[in-house]
Amino acid sequence: MTDLADLTIAEATAGLRSGDFTAVDLLGAVELRAAVSESQIHAYLTLDREGARTAAEAADQAIADGDTRPLLGIPVAVKDNMVTKGVETTAGSQILAGWTPPYSGTAVKRIEDAGAVIVGKTNLDEFAMGSSTENSAYGPTRNPWNTDTVPGGSSGGSAAAVAAGSALGAYGSDTGGSIRQPAALTGTVGAKPTYGLVSRYGLIAFASSLDQIGPIAQTVPDAATLLETVVGWDPLDATSYHGDVPAISRSLDAGVAGVRIGVVAELAGDGIDPDVLAATRTTIGQLADAGAEIVELSLPAIEYALSAYYLIAPAECSANLARFDGVRYGLRVDGATTEEMMARTRAEGFGPEVTRRILLGTYALSAGYYDAFYGQAQRVRTLLRREFAAAYDQVDVLVSPTAPTTAFEIGSKTTDPLTMYLSDICTIATNLAGDPAMSVPVGVGDDGLPIGFQVLAPSLGEEVMFQVAAEVERLAGFNDRAKLATSKVVAP
Amino acid sequence: MTEWEAVIGLETHVELQTNSKMFCGCPVDFGDEPNTAVCPVCLALPGALPVPNEQAIEGILSIGEALDCTLTEDSLFYRKNYFYPDLPKNYQISQYTFPLCVDGRVDVDVDGEPTTVGITRVHMEEDTGKSTHVGQSGRIHGAEHTLLDFNRAGVPLVEIVTEPDIRSPEQARAYGTELQRIVRAIGVSDARLEEGSMRFDANISVRPVGEQKLGTRTEVKNVNSLRSMQRAIAFEITRQIEILEGGGSIHQETRHWDEAKGMTRSGRTKEESEDYRYFQDPDLLPLHIDEAWRDRVAARRPELPAAKRERYMGLGTDRRNADLLVDAGDLAGLFEEAVALGADARNTGIWLTGEVVRYLRNEGVDVADTGLTAASLKQLSTMTSDGDLSATAAKDVLAAVLAGEGTPREIAEARDLLQMSDSTAIEAEVLAVLDEHPDALEKIQSGDMKPIGFLVGQVMRATGGKADPRMVQDLIRRRADG
Repeated sequence: MTDLADLTIAEATAGLRSGDFTAVDLLGAVELRAAVSESQIHAYLTLDREGARTAAEAADQAIADGDTRPLLGIPVAVKDNMVTKGVETTAGSQILAGWTPPYSGTAVKRIEDAGAVIVGKTNLDEFAMGSSTENSAYGPTRNPWNTDTVPGGSSGGSAAAVAAGSALGAYGSDTGGSIRQPAALTGTVGAKPTYGLVSRYGLIAFASSLDQIGPIAQTVPDAATLLETVVGWDPLDATSYHGDVPAISRSLDAGVAGVRIGVVAELAGDGIDPDVLAATRTTIGQLADAGAEIVELSLPAIEYALSAYYLIAPAECSANLARFDGVRYGLRVDGATTEEMMARTRAEGFGPEVTRRILLGTYALSAGYYDAFYGQAQRVRTLLRREFAAAYDQVDVLVSPTAPTTAFEIGSKTTDPLTMYLSDICTIATNLAGDPAMSVPVGVGDDGLPIGFQVLAPSLGEEVMFQVAAEVERLAGFNDRAKLATSKVVAP
Repeated sequence: MTEWEAVIGLETHVELQTNSKMFCGCPVDFGDEPNTAVCPVCLALPGALPVPNEQAIEGILSIGEALDCTLTEDSLFYRKNYFYPDLPKNYQISQYTFPLCVDGRVDVDVDGEPTTVGITRVHMEEDTGKSTHVGQSGRIHGAEHTLLDFNRAGVPLVEIVTEPDIRSPEQARAYGTELQRIVRAIGVSDARLEEGSMRFDANISVRPVGEQKLGTRTEVKNVNSLRSMQRAIAFEITRQIEILEGGGSIHQETRHWDEAKGMTRSGRTKEESEDYRYFQDPDLLPLHIDEAWRDRVAARRPELPAAKRERYMGLGTDRRNADLLVDAGDLAGLFEEAVALGADARNTGIWLTGEVVRYLRNEGVDVADTGLTAASLKQLSTMTSDGDLSATAAKDVLAAVLAGEGTPREIAEARDLLQMSDSTAIEAEVLAVLDEHPDALEKIQSGDMKPIGFLVGQVMRATGGKADPRMVQDLIRRRADG
């Protein structure tokens, strides 16, 4: 029999409803998997055993009462920048070590209200700033496919947990690719929804105009289920979308016949590894064979997306992270004056990448520099939005690789921030445009590590995005799972 | 000798009396125990987000509308970045470009001379928490520790900024008074300077008359009454002129008004001007104020002080009494009711702003606690104009009415204060007096009018003060002529 920890959400839901196993059984299998995998990958910062057990028991009761909520009894993980009442939330930072929130964010509440079982809080690059999960103050997460490599980031913990089976699904946050890039590097499906579709209330802010919560799962339908659970207007988030939510899973089986698919020229050559490009081309060919109309398109402003992003995101974070001052919560390092206390707390509490971005952002907003840096970046953003909008006049979705490479070795890019920033080259533009995009695994590279294929859609175009992604998944037929050593605990 | 001209601009903060704070649902209530009116949003807990308070926005729009401002169609929120322990986010949500209201005006009048003060902008801000420095000095330097109360953090504030149109301390005070009246008339704040719900900062510079360029300005803070604002500005103008005439120069700085010493003191001078790194708050979308919303605000506009004052003056009150009535909310209501019943506006205005205000202050009661009604004011007015009651007697009667002794007529009768208005009865008394003083009558008849006053006095004495002196004088003259 299959290990319950390897089931998809859809399979597990069927099993729970037919009484093949209970939510408590399922949680047990996932926790057993975590017991094996955690020492190898360190996907979690906190495992909430008690809370998970209570939720699983409640789910079993509800199932017995005939309740059929889609995520009922499903063990999921949430990124540790999502605030959870009563469960330590650190955002991967020393400055929040030991902070137990008095409230839960809206997305977390919706996950709980859906009857899901939150297994724990996953590791991330500190305050979601990074592309490898090496910037966590609590140590890196490793890729279950090869523990010498990174799982991507910043939602590396969530992606690694799903890849390893220590959660059936997970939630991450995506500011410049932080869901899609780790999904690509761990062979999982990851989606960043339209900006405003999921409430940011209770998501510890990195860059408020870019941050979005989204799902990571084994399959496209599972990702749709996870996303459907958290979307919808929230009066507590003034930027949340107050309109009809897209029918995310309505067209999963519709295929791609007649769908117009644009290939982004700027993301199909320079800076992308040949094996990644080859896999991308193969998938595009399969889509054409399946009846899609393929169009090559150019979005020249993409060239400036990375530069614009590294002004806008740091500028916003320089203000967003100002509240961590040792006055009200988190770390406090004493000083002779209040000012000194604040300065010491921040110097000690923030890691080097966070400090770098705060400084960069502060500089970009300074009098005399604002217009040349922040102002110019906003103009690039406007230009990008226009180019994307014009592209979506011609096609239904755009496609590209998700990441320029497969998973890279731990430590290989930590000394050169710019090289690290380039791993988000394919994902960053969507965040600036506010549009949705998702990654689907389509194969492995020369190193045997997974390759992700990115589907981008116009704002609120989740229905067609999931429709195409589901077809990509079927066409690729990529069902490999990460193979972690299991013998370590089984045979001591 | 150089003649100097002062150039003054005022920045006013008004705390809005909304049900909840600017960006969260916490109550606006200053009486609470420290840190009880707080939540994740106003404490700036990680992950919390601001949501604008519609009631506060409407309050600000109402103020802007009353100041004849243009209401901005798409208004923007900005972050003003600076670190301070009682500022939870270490940035304040404020406005910068595209504030809610721009380009307004307030008309003021000093001793009959009208001036228009331009309003540059009216914008939204949020208040900070409150620091209490514990230690010997009570100031931040040398404090042993600091206590923080965040109940006030996030309370909505409106900032009203004038053009540098004000030229004298008196004009500044007149502007402050008028602004206070307007804010109170709209009902969005009690606008009390003593309690800090209205605060003024004055930017002051001087220049030789005829000079177009502005002089270096100082900013005066810490005035907690309109009177001390006037004094502080007057002091600062004199100080600046003395320095310039002595060959010195003015430093751009913040100065604090010391009420006890009657002077401004230099605050901490900053070596460099603070860079607040304003940028549009990504947590808040542009606030769209459509025509329907603007119409709604306009429709709710109450009668403003200037209009009310004009109406009262049209009814017959003088400007001073009209101002006093506008300022005295509940008395204005009584005034309008009495006048509607037919009472004389001028007399009613004088009684209400004189005798009645004095009585209420001395007794420490509200007008509703007294026996005074619109009907009794109307009766008092009629009795006076009919000559039944002298002006002096009317005041005595009014005092008794306030004390609840009855209606004016009842009181006048009980106290025997009614004037004799029966001309035959008075004429008899006049004849009797003239008979007693034939010499006086002769003098008058020969053109010396002096004895008239004496004769009136005699008649008044004979009637126990109840004769109408005007009528008595009339009768004497007629007799002398005849």
